[in-house]
Amino acid sequence: MSAAIRDLACQEIVELVTDYLEGAMDAPLRASFEAHLAGCPHCTHYVEQIEATIRIAGTIAADDLPEEFRAGLLEAFRGFRRE
Amino acid sequence: MPLNIGPQISSSWPCGRAAGASGCGSAFTGSAILATRSDGTARRRLAGTATRVPPDEDAELLRSLRAGDEQAFATLVDRYGPSLLRVAQLFVPTRSVAEEVVQETWLAVLTGIERFEGRSSLKTWLFRILTNKAKTRGRRDARIVPFASLAADGDEDGTAVDVDRFAQGGEWRSPPRGVPEERLLAGEARRTIENAIAALPPNQRAVITLRDVEGLSAEEACNVLGVSETNQRVLLHRARAKVRAAFEEYLDS
Repeated sequence: MSAAIRDLACQEIVELVTDYLEGAMDAPLRASFEAHLAGCPHCTHYVEQIEATIRIAGTIAADDLPEEFRAGLLEAFRGFRRE
Repeated sequence: MPLNIGPQISSSWPCGRAAGASGCGSAFTGSAILATRSDGTARRRLAGTATRVPPDEDAELLRSLRAGDEQAFATLVDRYGPSLLRVAQLFVPTRSVAEEVVQETWLAVLTGIERFEGRSSLKTWLFRILTNKAKTRGRRDARIVPFASLAADGDEDGTAVDVDRFAQGGEWRSPPRGVPEERLLAGEARRTIENAIAALPPNQRAVITLRDVEGLSAEEACNVLGVSETNQRVLLHRARAKVRAAFEEYLDS
């Protein structure tokens, strides 16, 4: 497999990050990608920034429902149950 | 009643992301992020933790709901309602229409609960009902965000990173820097990312919201949106690249 590993440029790496994180790469490309990262702190930082972005996005909370709206839903539930 | 959003759930329950170097974000499950109302209840919940619930818990609530238990309904509304309302707003033009779509979704849940077999997660099922309702609604109003023209957000030729930042041979000329841990935890980092997501073209915003904010898997997001894996990934790639650029600007500021 190592014969299939090719040199990727940093500029290619940034376009491949999503495929990498999504597990959408074939094994040779994945090996090439990882080989590049192992030797390139800049691209490693790039990937870390993407990962941090994803993690922080996962902490963005949705606002609680407005009380009136929530009450309306519960009212609809009672109406539904009576039917 | 505030939901149990303890990290014991989020750290063990898979976050739905595909395999790879991406973690589940459990480092961010601290309760410090929660603001509280004067009555002590949480004003904003941590989407990433509050809505990634073990299926067993949902299954039990669904059993109670089938039996007509209002408390079970209220718990589900509190657990998934805020996310549903946020996602609805991706598809319809106004907040009030979004609220109507969410209400229709819950009624459809009550009508269809016997048919829910638990093959998908409850959340995916809810989101799929929601998007169907939103699409029906949009056809009626002819004002829906056009998800049919997927990937046509107008920047297909865009690059993840400004070409000027690379030298001739494709190596970094102006490389990104490392991510200092303390800057991650600041509320400002989250606001930066929230604003960057809000500024995305609608299709990219929809995909990144479902994937990274709501924590759906790629397959679930495709299901909800009715798009191919490839389209989904292209949109996610563009979205994440732009949000990262905003995040980098924040890091460098």
